[in-house]
Amino acid sequence: MKVPEQVGRLAVVVAVLLAVVLAARFVVIPRSYFSTRLHEASTIKREVMKPISFAGMTLCRECHADEYDTKTRGYHKGLACETCHGPSARHAEDPMSVKPYAPRDRKFCPVCHAYDSARPTGFPQINPTVHNPLKPCITCHNPHDPVPPEAPHECSACHAQIARTKAVSSHALLPCVTCHDASEQHKVTPRSALPTKPETREFCGQCHAADGANPDAPKVDLASHGGTYLCWQCHYPHLPEGRP
Amino acid sequence: MNKRQFMKGMIVFFGAGPDFATLARAAYAKTADTTKAGGAKADADDMGLGDYDPSSHYYGMGIEVDKCIGCNRCVEACKAENDVPDEPFFFRTWVERYSIMRNGEAVVECISVNPKKQQEAPQENRDVIRSFFVPKLCNHCAHPPCVQVCPVGATFATRDGVVLVDQKRCIGCRYCIQACPYGARFLNHGTNTADKCTFCYHRVVKGLLPACVEVCPTQARIFGDLKSKASRLVRFQRMNKVHVLKPALNTEPKVYYAQLDGEVR
Repeated sequence: MKVPEQVGRLAVVVAVLLAVVLAARFVVIPRSYFSTRLHEASTIKREVMKPISFAGMTLCRECHADEYDTKTRGYHKGLACETCHGPSARHAEDPMSVKPYAPRDRKFCPVCHAYDSARPTGFPQINPTVHNPLKPCITCHNPHDPVPPEAPHECSACHAQIARTKAVSSHALLPCVTCHDASEQHKVTPRSALPTKPETREFCGQCHAADGANPDAPKVDLASHGGTYLCWQCHYPHLPEGRP
Repeated sequence: MNKRQFMKGMIVFFGAGPDFATLARAAYAKTADTTKAGGAKADADDMGLGDYDPSSHYYGMGIEVDKCIGCNRCVEACKAENDVPDEPFFFRTWVERYSIMRNGEAVVECISVNPKKQQEAPQENRDVIRSFFVPKLCNHCAHPPCVQVCPVGATFATRDGVVLVDQKRCIGCRYCIQACPYGARFLNHGTNTADKCTFCYHRVVKGLLPACVEVCPTQARIFGDLKSKASRLVRFQRMNKVHVLKPALNTEPKVYYAQLDGEVR
């Protein structure tokens, strides 16, 4: 079968077009236009080159070993240095001329320690407006080893979480012995002599019944309020949330 | 050409196509195999990674909701580390406060937008049954919807499981921002490209922790390598009942939440 002449010419044109396209695709346009691998590699390279602002706690330790050791023994052992002192990679490079931030006023500590109902129960919290107003926190607490200025004694030495919870509740001013009788023996062998707990609705009624002793306490009618439930089945006495 | 010849030609043409494709694929696989040994090293050099081998890691994050105190240190650290715009509505990571009301309604607010206000007015709302903080960030999904929708292939997952954006290739069309079910992306007005959490990739490849994990005062955030049995993240998964956000979407997020409330979305 003989190929007609016009088909041959058409084939030449197609071949030239194909050659131009292929040359453009493989020779003229650089490979990086098509290669996802090259694109990804260059992106990763750009990401990796980004400067670091937080040096990391292990680097701080190389010079500030004393502070580090104090911190690892105290309640702030979980904190990185840069949590409070801010990003300090530049200080690590040039310790003399770049100094990290050191918060010394009352504004910083409440960022974590102001009372907030959404914070976990037992996390140490204070009410900044009534807790030693205007005094900088560092006059009483060493931020590298924060302890209460008075060592916890009596009940809060063991029941710290309850004490901290009660301290921000409306029962803050009630001493533990208002509701619990603890014998001396409880301090020696706690489990052999358990403190007492209120057992009746009338106990809470001493303050909260309509004729209760404390005029400021919210009042309820013991006969109708809560049916047969005991008070603490609905209200946690260390953080009573029911309010009038 | 008669009908018989035409049919024969069609059978050969369409029948042979897949065979050629298979041959081509086999040939490609063979060349890929031979270059692989030297290839990994060359890749690492391309990416400026030095001795770090991306294929031997797979990163994720664990978040212990009960430990978060909503102090916003992570948000500020992220902004400082990653040049996130200062405006209080651009975040690579942020913290939400969930308040579950007496009527069952869940009120969500982003406390990172105005942390000062949060701090000065601790509201005492008696209709709140329970409230808690939930830190959020890019989930670095194993099947990321943002990667699927990108029309120019600017966003991709690295071999160590981090979803990155190619700032030079991104055209700022915002499809990925719409596609992300977790709202983790935003348009950076400085570069006019999509921006998101990178797990602080520049720190991680050098053996440092992401900035948010480094500064978290209560260790509510845990970062680790899912491929290493000894990593803190694998321990976290062993010790806690964990959950991910929106599991029904099959995005397979790699940010695992412990003690997550059912109301969190």
